[in-house]
Amino acid sequence: MAERRYTKTHEWLTVDGKTATVGISEFAQSQLGDVVFLDLPSPGRKIARGESFGVIESVKAASDLYAPVAGTIAAVNDKLTSNPELVNSDPYGEGWILKLQMTGEAPADLMDEATYKKMAEGTSH
Amino acid sequence: MSEPLSFELSRPGAEPPRLPAPGLSAAPSADVLPKEHLRVKPADLPRLSEAEIMRHYSRLASLNYSISEQFYPLGSCTMKYNPVANEAAAALPGFAGLHPYQDEETVQGALELMWRLERALCAVVGVDRVTLQPAAGAHGEWTALRMIQAYHHSRGDKRTEVLVPDSAHGTNPASAALSGFQVVEVRSGRDGRISLSDLESKLSPRVAALMLTNPNTLGLFEREILDVAEMVHATGAMLYYDGANLNAFMGVCRPGDMGFDAVHMNLHKTFTTPHGGGGPGAGPVGVKAELVPFLPHPTVEKADGHFKLDFRRPKSIGRVRSFYGNFGMLVRAYTYVLAMGGDGLTQASKDAVLSANYLRKQVDGVLEIPHHGPCMHEFVATAHNLASQGVRALDVAKGLLDRDFYAPTIYFPLVVPEAIMVEPTETESKATLDAFAEALKEIVQEAKTNPAALHQAPRNTPVGRLDEVGTARRITAYLTGQSEEPVLRWKRAGK
Amino acid sequence: MPYLVHSPQEREEMLAAIGVESMDDLLVDIPSSLRIHELKLPDGLSELDTMAEINALAGKNRVFADRLTFRGGGVYRRFIPTAVAAVTGKPEFYSAYTPYQPEASQGTLQAIFEFQTLIAELTGLDVANASLYDGATAVAEASMMARVHTGRDEVLVAGYLHPEYLEVLRAFGEGRGMKVRRGEEPTAKTAALVFQQPDFLGLLVDARGLTEKAHAAGALAIACVDPISLAILAPPGEYGADIAVGEGQQLGLAPSYGGPHVGFIACRKELVRRLPGRLIGSSFDSAGRRGFVLTLTAREQHIRREKATSNICTNHSLCALAASVYMTYMGEAGLRQVAETSFQRAHALAERLAKLPGWELAFPERQFLNEFPVIVPKPGPVLRKLARKGILGGLEVGRWFRELRGVVTFTCTEVNDPAAINQLLEVLTS
Repeated sequence: MAERRYTKTHEWLTVDGKTATVGISEFAQSQLGDVVFLDLPSPGRKIARGESFGVIESVKAASDLYAPVAGTIAAVNDKLTSNPELVNSDPYGEGWILKLQMTGEAPADLMDEATYKKMAEGTSH
Repeated sequence: MSEPLSFELSRPGAEPPRLPAPGLSAAPSADVLPKEHLRVKPADLPRLSEAEIMRHYSRLASLNYSISEQFYPLGSCTMKYNPVANEAAAALPGFAGLHPYQDEETVQGALELMWRLERALCAVVGVDRVTLQPAAGAHGEWTALRMIQAYHHSRGDKRTEVLVPDSAHGTNPASAALSGFQVVEVRSGRDGRISLSDLESKLSPRVAALMLTNPNTLGLFEREILDVAEMVHATGAMLYYDGANLNAFMGVCRPGDMGFDAVHMNLHKTFTTPHGGGGPGAGPVGVKAELVPFLPHPTVEKADGHFKLDFRRPKSIGRVRSFYGNFGMLVRAYTYVLAMGGDGLTQASKDAVLSANYLRKQVDGVLEIPHHGPCMHEFVATAHNLASQGVRALDVAKGLLDRDFYAPTIYFPLVVPEAIMVEPTETESKATLDAFAEALKEIVQEAKTNPAALHQAPRNTPVGRLDEVGTARRITAYLTGQSEEPVLRWKRAGK
Repeated sequence: MPYLVHSPQEREEMLAAIGVESMDDLLVDIPSSLRIHELKLPDGLSELDTMAEINALAGKNRVFADRLTFRGGGVYRRFIPTAVAAVTGKPEFYSAYTPYQPEASQGTLQAIFEFQTLIAELTGLDVANASLYDGATAVAEASMMARVHTGRDEVLVAGYLHPEYLEVLRAFGEGRGMKVRRGEEPTAKTAALVFQQPDFLGLLVDARGLTEKAHAAGALAIACVDPISLAILAPPGEYGADIAVGEGQQLGLAPSYGGPHVGFIACRKELVRRLPGRLIGSSFDSAGRRGFVLTLTAREQHIRREKATSNICTNHSLCALAASVYMTYMGEAGLRQVAETSFQRAHALAERLAKLPGWELAFPERQFLNEFPVIVPKPGPVLRKLARKGILGGLEVGRWFRELRGVVTFTCTEVNDPAAINQLLEVLTS
């Protein structure tokens, strides 16, 4: 398994060749609470790095999802339509959100697990 | 305790009510109208006798808490007692029976009431004119921002940003965004007041307005408000007042004198029109002279003792609602203003501040109060020291419901974790405040000795905590075609 | 002072408990330069004197009898069952707060859930919300939904939409980058085609044809409808409109010089997540008891803040409650009877008015329900003459539409009995 890296906006990313898989972090799912809905784009759409590509909703919060890397959407996790709770129960596995065909290299400034954890702890109350 | 839906009580065989027959010779609609205009499938409405209807709604009424029976310590909502005279006034045939397109000469009393209410509101907040058209507070906010936008545009000044403090009501950023502005957040300082240095760094020629409420959502008066106003005005921006907290200082000071250029008011808070279980309200907006040309039309004008509607306002932002606003709510508010007078409104605000400080004193030590010094009409406490017992602000709120109090505002403002925001208002007696403080003590005690019980609260209400997550997920299942159950409405079985 | 509760002695006790000497000690944060010492308003009055003043103001207005009111234009006289005020006058309803604490608000929540169902049934659409401010803002909010849904900027308004609704739509559109145009030919830029059925003049439009036109251009069809007409007329759901909106004043609310009334909005299920305002859903507690909650709240302003699609945080609950009581009282058969009686009386009246010398129907080839436009010679003096005889005659619509100078719309409902209609004709022929 490729190394998981993180954004400041709590998305994670793993890279396999030119394909990136994107989800939200364990910390993000715990802050959101029970996820009830994801508004996700259709495959084929091009997105820029940092662009908001969707919304994730729990009963108490709604949060935009941002692309950690530029690319074309190759696949969206259809299971989340009927089972949005997968984001809570398995954020790094079955709760993945989408796959991107990257247009360039993965940016070098994404955080590794340890750096991200430190940042996340700093932001929680 | 539960009540079936009217649809479930419905008896299809029940006779329809007796209603007038046409009594004139004319063809029925089915013979006149082309078929493509006619309804095919009749609406599935319930059918009940009047007796059954009255019982159904009486039972539903008994499931509600209301200000007529319970204390609502809801911060930022100003839940005062709603005088019954207001209701009688609005129901007078001389008001309730008026058609909005009657000729001006036949509605002089209605126009005079609006004119007088406008003058009274001007006196309370210190502005030059007021529009009574917006139907609610958020509607008023948006109306004010549209006026500010039109003002800047009229000067050839395309400003694109609106500054909103991080402690502001959620409607502020939403209203700004829907007027086409970019929202820029201004941070609160350590004492909960707006940070002047952060404000300074965010002010620029791009900024159209700063939206502020004073006292702020922590119940603290922004002591440096005159400096804030000067800084904002120096960059050519306007200062907007969110009137949610107006009950703190009627007759004590005025937003207009503080430098605010536009002020919205909630008649359903400060001026005792009832909340109605979520509306109708009314959200008039007051403005200083430079914004007057942009007021929504029509305005009410007086000339030679005659009142008229003025539609000839070329710079007006237009209309924000049909007709003249929620007129019935204006009648209620004016009735209250007459009964209270200048002396009564002033005393009301002083009593509201007194009650808040008194209750704050009783609560201090029971719950932690993060900010020092006297508060205005409300205060914010926090339940974060109960977290070690696994008890959250929500549990405290639910515990209060079990003790026959409505819950305070929780998780707001966002800048205080586990916030519990309490606004007692001037219409609650010292005995009620004491009883409320006592109930809070009991709950905090319970949090320490038996937190599990609090997680089960409320138990004395018609239903316990409802599965909101399940509801939202069932809706998603319906919307994505995986379930036939609409969740957002009743549906006849097998249909 | 009737609404204040503390006695002077209690105030002293409370100050002492706080540990301050005087009220001014609590107001120290207010700069002294800002302090005022009184409001420039007269002192308060007793209830007796307050009501005398209020009655005097009400007395300066002229109220026309229901049965002699033939003016509509968006606000109509209808028979209001006594049960409506008996329910909305209950303080447990009118003095309750917004139902954010569901355990303490089941009465309001269930009543509004019933309202959502009633409106969905009436419009033939999947889901309705908990209500909006009025018909005008409902049109504007629906247009905003279409804009977000389609990603297109232009809203096209076909035919005679209520002119004040159009004005509100324009005011909403400005600043939100939504262009509003009158016309019937949607293009690839059109987010929605809006039409009113029956239109502002009372005439039926080709709702089905307009809906198909909208869909052919990839736009949404928004139907602004009269709720009582839906007992007879095809509802938006039957001709495929995407969103139905309207003004609910006729469902048990007094004219009240234009408000408060209630807007409604219903849509196909594909659009539910774009619905503005409050939505109530059914739920269960841990004991399995059914209850109702505000749901999908993450769409709303208090969570989404600047990302919300609407800044609405109020509905018109109490007015929606009135409408629910009204619809429940009427049932489908009652509503149909009210609509049918209005239809037949209006047609009888139209026939008689058209026979007056110089009078004619403005659009004789068009169908209508209970409101219709007539060309009237010298409408001003005619309407003034009627008013002198206690009759509120029709509405001059040339005030809004130049091409309709001299056109007056008359409306007729179940409250205008045959004798009232005779009285109107007698004055007009005298």
